[in-house]
Amino acid sequence: MNTATDGLGVDKVHVWRGDRHVLKGVSVAVRPRQLLHISGPNGTGKTTLLRVICGLLRPEHGTVTWRGNSIQSARTEYQAELAYASHEPALKGDLTALENLRFAVGLKRRVTLAELRARLGVTGVGGVADLPARVLSAGQRRRVAMARVLAMKAPLWLLDEPYTNLDASGVDLVSRLLQTHVEKGGLALVVAHHDLKVDCDVRRLVLEP
Amino acid sequence: MRVGAVQAMGLIVQRELCLSFRRPDQLLQPLVFFLIVTTLFPLGLNLQLSLLRDMSPGVLWVAALLSSLLSLDSLFKSDADDGTLEQLALCGQGLTVIVVAKTLAHWLVSGAALVLVSPLVATALGIPSAAFGTMLLSLALGTLTLSWLGAIGAGLTVGLKRGNVLLSLIVLPLAMPLLIFGAGATDRAISGVSPAGALYFLAALCVFTCTLAPFAATTALRITLE
Repeated sequence: MNTATDGLGVDKVHVWRGDRHVLKGVSVAVRPRQLLHISGPNGTGKTTLLRVICGLLRPEHGTVTWRGNSIQSARTEYQAELAYASHEPALKGDLTALENLRFAVGLKRRVTLAELRARLGVTGVGGVADLPARVLSAGQRRRVAMARVLAMKAPLWLLDEPYTNLDASGVDLVSRLLQTHVEKGGLALVVAHHDLKVDCDVRRLVLEP
Repeated sequence: MRVGAVQAMGLIVQRELCLSFRRPDQLLQPLVFFLIVTTLFPLGLNLQLSLLRDMSPGVLWVAALLSSLLSLDSLFKSDADDGTLEQLALCGQGLTVIVVAKTLAHWLVSGAALVLVSPLVATALGIPSAAFGTMLLSLALGTLTLSWLGAIGAGLTVGLKRGNVLLSLIVLPLAMPLLIFGAGATDRAISGVSPAGALYFLAALCVFTCTLAPFAATTALRITLE
């Protein structure tokens, strides 16, 4: 059985994109204090799976459950409990890093600017908090996106290739943040092509072409 | 602590206004277009004030519709392009809240701004100042209705590369009643007849779209997000 009553359950999910059968009956369960490492060759539907789990994409067949309930039945409440970082940093170039966080996190929970500034400090971009996102480097933008995930204080993290564009210290930082999140009782789903250097309960899901 | 829907909408409107004022060119483009188009008509036509005055409501309204269309394309597209639309969709407020807030913000920077500059254009077109009240009211109702119709079209075309032509094809036929009754109201006010009937019809259209278009636009956007 893949239905976890206290966590996330994905049960026999099938997704077609046009004629292409992208997800062929994916089933997996993740409990709190667990990390799911999703890997597989390019084009095997890793991002599609994350989008299905977010509720952005409705699967043709199969269900996704959160704490025992189908995510379609209470989608908004479920989405309030997740933090998604897509493979692009999803920042507005004309807004500063801090404003980007304010307008994204502020919709999820009440948050002060001082707290957001502190989160940017944690991910190593506190010094550029007041610069427009368009002048930041790709790695810095990734760190801002990570600060956004952190500031949402969501129990479920969905990270799509969070290590892209990061330097060695950035990779360590993301691993450390993931580990802390999972140790505190959170769940994390991470799409990554290499092994994760985390010391916690890691499950693996390899998607086949 | 969760954020209420009204507070969330306030934050999104603030975000949209902030983004618009960081890009003043995009803010001014529809207004300048409106001013230029309405100035071209008197230049191209025979310079008879009576003829101009007869045509001015129509000219004013056609220019207003076309210039509102200019900015509609970017309503959801810029957010969809940089991935922030997904973040907004996942903010736990429901897509309808996002759509309502974004459309209202769009109306504030395009429609309301257009209403504010319309007396200038009306003076140039020879519309008597006694008709300004009716003109402003009809334009305010008309542009708000158009923003809502546009939100449905923008939601449907957000995934397309060159969606703006299709967007015009979807929105302009729906906007015809606005043109007829909006120009009609202004025309009646100029000739000293009560414009109440046309204004009531515009107000009814406005209420109709304000209540139903958010759901249509949300559905359209959800389909394209998938």
